[in-house]
Amino acid sequence: MSNLLEVSEVSKHFGDFKALNNVSIQVPKGSIFGLLGPNGAGKTTLIRVINQITMPDSGEVRLDGDLLNPTHIKDIGYLPEERGLYKSMKVGEQALYLAQLKGLSKIEAKKRLKYWFDRLEIGDWWNKKIQELSKGMAQKIQFVVTVLHNPKLLIFDEPFSGFDPINANLIKDEILRLREEGATVIFSTHRMESVEELCDDIALINKSNKILEGKLIDIKRKYKTNTFEVGLEAENKTALNTNLAEKFIVTEANFKSLNNDLKLNIKLSENETAQDLISFLNQKARINHFVEVIPSANDIFIQTIQNN
Amino acid sequence: MNHLPLIIKREYLTKVKNKSFIVMTILSPIIMIALIAVVAYLSNLNNEKVRVISILDESGLVKTVFKDSDNINYDFLEGVSLEIAKELVNETSNYGLLHIENIKNLDSVSNHIKFYSEESPSLSLISDLERKLEKAFTNLKMEEAGIDISKIEASKVNINIGQENFSGEESSKIDSVIKLIFGCAAGYLLFMFIIIYGNMIMRSVIEEKTSRIIEVIISSVKPVQLMLGKIIGTSLAGITQFVIWVVFGGLLMTIVSLVLGISLMDSSLPQQELMEMASNNQGVEFYFESFKQALSNMPLINLIIAFIFFFIGGYLLYSSLYAAIGAAVDNETDTQQFMLPILMPLILAVYIGIFTVIEDPHGTVSTVFSYIPFTSPVVMLMRIPFGVPIWQQVLSLLVLIGTFMFTVWFAAKIYRVGILMYGKKPSYKELLKWIKY
Repeated sequence: MSNLLEVSEVSKHFGDFKALNNVSIQVPKGSIFGLLGPNGAGKTTLIRVINQITMPDSGEVRLDGDLLNPTHIKDIGYLPEERGLYKSMKVGEQALYLAQLKGLSKIEAKKRLKYWFDRLEIGDWWNKKIQELSKGMAQKIQFVVTVLHNPKLLIFDEPFSGFDPINANLIKDEILRLREEGATVIFSTHRMESVEELCDDIALINKSNKILEGKLIDIKRKYKTNTFEVGLEAENKTALNTNLAEKFIVTEANFKSLNNDLKLNIKLSENETAQDLISFLNQKARINHFVEVIPSANDIFIQTIQNN
Repeated sequence: MNHLPLIIKREYLTKVKNKSFIVMTILSPIIMIALIAVVAYLSNLNNEKVRVISILDESGLVKTVFKDSDNINYDFLEGVSLEIAKELVNETSNYGLLHIENIKNLDSVSNHIKFYSEESPSLSLISDLERKLEKAFTNLKMEEAGIDISKIEASKVNINIGQENFSGEESSKIDSVIKLIFGCAAGYLLFMFIIIYGNMIMRSVIEEKTSRIIEVIISSVKPVQLMLGKIIGTSLAGITQFVIWVVFGGLLMTIVSLVLGISLMDSSLPQQELMEMASNNQGVEFYFESFKQALSNMPLINLIIAFIFFFIGGYLLYSSLYAAIGAAVDNETDTQQFMLPILMPLILAVYIGIFTVIEDPHGTVSTVFSYIPFTSPVVMLMRIPFGVPIWQQVLSLLVLIGTFMFTVWFAAKIYRVGILMYGKKPSYKELLKWIKY
């Protein structure tokens, strides 16, 4: 059993509106899984189905091989995008209450909270009310409450919003550490640089349908266009440019270099390789820069959505 | 996992620890008692002042009817003219001067009596004087006509119709009054409770929505559990507040009346009734007896059991609707549109209770409305002291429980969808659509 979570053929309607249309995803155990998609695509509905907040019209969800049932509540930690805490309740009381709702005993919850509060250096907030804290501080507490019961599956919806760069890094490190300790993470975000940085697998949802899923690296391989970014030094750049444009599809590139190079993106046809390009270029000019263009998560996102 | 006790505990504790709740709980009885004490104290002051009224009776006919009482002393002037009498009264700062002209014709007596005073006299004083004079002149006229007054006095009969139903239970007029007081108190208590604590539930649901904690919570518990926990927790806080009010209020009342030496209870009883009771041949003792009789006549055990069941049923019915409203909207100002359909049947119930049940406790209107679940708790509670067959009570209760289960289901549906909906205020049509989600 290599998948912790398997969502198969899940559909959900709200009146005439179809929020999810036969969506299936597989989340491998121990991975960080990026759930991507434009606003209103159905990500939140899918997350709510996994959390048993919303019941699907059809399809099934299995966690660790078992169909979802109320005992799974303690196995999942969920940090929603729309999040908050009781404003007039004290931090400690509130964290204890939420931990107990997840099935921890009061004593155990207290012990773990102390550990986490010390770890994040927020121990002296215990008796403060939420309304006395800043938004970022409240977010930290929310994060602690989400992970406190050591769930198998962690679901973070835009976890970094509201954090300054230092705290965002702190949280990122904590997420990575939790993964090391065996947790599986579903990560929903619009910030592609953090997808790039964290995710092993991704799924892309658009207009209620899943349109892409797999290992990020495989997807990148699939989406690469056999394009190379080159910096060339030659006596007659214009002639070289025309010469190249006759043989390949050439566009202007933009990167930093120390020389006054001719900067180009050169797209090869399917049966040509980098070797071919290098030997061809070697005859015409001096190669200062040669890099394969790997599509970024951002490019893949925009391209897939636009083609869909 | 059953988290209901945990939720109830949190709801209860946050309500009870809330500053404004504590302040309200302590201040309300203090303010109430203070108000009552001030009113009682002032009216006592007023009563203790002895007023002196001068009487210039030139006809010499009615002197005998004015006898000094606790509040009013009479000062009879003789052999002075009206002008001098007025001056005298003014100097001695007596309250006023009653002038009766020397009249021989008793038919036109009314035009020849006048009351002079510095400030305009109180209504009760004037009507008291009028009553005394009327009696005196009526007697005089009767004597003139040759009627023996002592015979008339002797032939007066006092009647208090005894009432008895076919199964042999005795009752009387005062019975009905007591029953009415009990019924109205029970119905009104329920009405107040629903409005005060229903609103509290609604606000606490809205708070969870606006603070956006709701999604965190319902990833751990079922929305129905959260809703029921809220309703029960808030109700317990409400009961706590009520009990504190009663105990603390009672204690304060005793202390205040001991300290000030005023009986607060007495002053709340209308003076007129006391006087009428006293003037009645049978006296206060008779009324006290019939009061006890009335209490024992009432189906007390039935009343208490019915009160508990109808109170809980009615309260839960309405509070689940309040919770649903709270879930459907984003802020309190948007609730108005949905409040009306809740308040309407409630107010209707109280009006029916007050106007119809008093008139005819077992009439068609009262009976029908004591079956309709949205009015039945209030109307039935008002009817029960007058004796309602058990089968009627049970039937009404069953209808109430059925409806209550339906509204909880309905409210839970709206609640489940509503708590995750932000932005626009939903219409009734959309609410109906939510049920199908």
